[in-house]
Amino acid sequence: MLPAPFEYSAPETMDEALDLLDALGDESKVLAGGQSLIPLLKLRFASPAHLVDVNRVAELDFLDEHDGVLRIGPLFRHKAAERSGMLASKYAVIAEAARQVADPIVRNRGTVGGSLAHADPAGDWGSVMLALDAEFVLRSKRGSRTIRARDFFSGPFSSALKSNELLVEIRVPAADGRKGGSYLKLERKVGDFATVAVAVHLQMDDGKVKSAGIGLTAVGPQNLKADRAEAALKGRALDDATIKEAAALAAAAAEPKADNRGSVDYKRNVVRVFTERGLRRARERAQGGA
Amino acid sequence: MGRSISLTVNGEMVTADVEPRLLLVHFIRERLRLTGTHIGCDTSHCGACIVLLDGVPVKSCAVLAVQADGRQLTSVEALAAGGKLHPIQAAFKQEHGLQCGFCTPGMMMSSFALLADNPDPDEEEIRWALSGNICRCTGYVNIVKAVRAASAQMKLSAAVPIPVGAGS
Repeated sequence: MLPAPFEYSAPETMDEALDLLDALGDESKVLAGGQSLIPLLKLRFASPAHLVDVNRVAELDFLDEHDGVLRIGPLFRHKAAERSGMLASKYAVIAEAARQVADPIVRNRGTVGGSLAHADPAGDWGSVMLALDAEFVLRSKRGSRTIRARDFFSGPFSSALKSNELLVEIRVPAADGRKGGSYLKLERKVGDFATVAVAVHLQMDDGKVKSAGIGLTAVGPQNLKADRAEAALKGRALDDATIKEAAALAAAAAEPKADNRGSVDYKRNVVRVFTERGLRRARERAQGGA
Repeated sequence: MGRSISLTVNGEMVTADVEPRLLLVHFIRERLRLTGTHIGCDTSHCGACIVLLDGVPVKSCAVLAVQADGRQLTSVEALAAGGKLHPIQAAFKQEHGLQCGFCTPGMMMSSFALLADNPDPDEEEIRWALSGNICRCTGYVNIVKAVRAASAQMKLSAAVPIPVGAGS
């Protein structure tokens, strides 16, 4: 299978990339890791006139944490996230999701930012960023704006990203004190889309939940944030009754569709079970300090 | 439409004009005539088309040929450099790590990258590293045995150096 013909540019700086996107408008599509986009081009589900390949823009590939913010470059690859000791020790939800994205070879190439911009409702990173209450910096030649993850996703493969904009930075509030997280994913086989996955991020203070984040994968038109479950946890001690209550609220927030991966009831039940397990796991990690 | 690209293929410099939409796997098979790299699912699931780009295994059906410009490409043909089977190839043969053989080039390239990174993987690490490769004959048990055997052999003898480029 061959993609439809397209023009191709491989800028080496962010400014060059933004100039191109501004000039090309709707004709263009950004190519990052390409692990979703290139198969889509081959299947002719997408046929942009011009691909802007950002793989050579080194300034988009970074990871650092300072001034209370964890900053992830959009070109940061899944494999780098999987291998980061800092992420493993401080952001368990990121590290645990990283090693479950697609398969090990795809992870060598795929990028965190590309996956977010692709906005697949079965994508893993969207739920992780919703749980972490991340913000995304979107830049165009005309300026930049910051949008919360919860306002970014607008439907299947749809987001607030405009055709002349590039996702240039993912900002996560730095985890401090006692924190823990988890990412639990059910898939039929490695590399298949998630049947269901649940992202959990907890910050604890004096035995009580300071903040809780819960993101749901593949059970709605987009990655979902389980707001009511999060609110039910805030300020409470994480006893079994509280965990069960939050898990029931997360399950109620899910909007799954029946398909060959499972029925509506089955998927909703997996959300409940994974939220419960995820909260317990996050709690253990928070007690352990990581 | 054509763009000129230059890359190193199994240690040799290659220059070619390619259409941007040309996939790396088609470039390798049809232009370079290196047909050891296979096309299986063509949708980046099966791993039959795995090659190394600057030492990193990638599915060449999900990379454009133009993206390999300036890079080092290593295909399965590089393993038998000098006409002698690489220990990984010898181990796949000895342990019968294949049935129809279609997935074998990708399996061997994933195994090569694994052993470069972790010379002594246990069974679980091997299965994890090969989880992006599908064997439709379900010959996984012997494939894992082959990687174990290759690992043992490579510890005994320094393998023939292979041009893989930077990184791993």
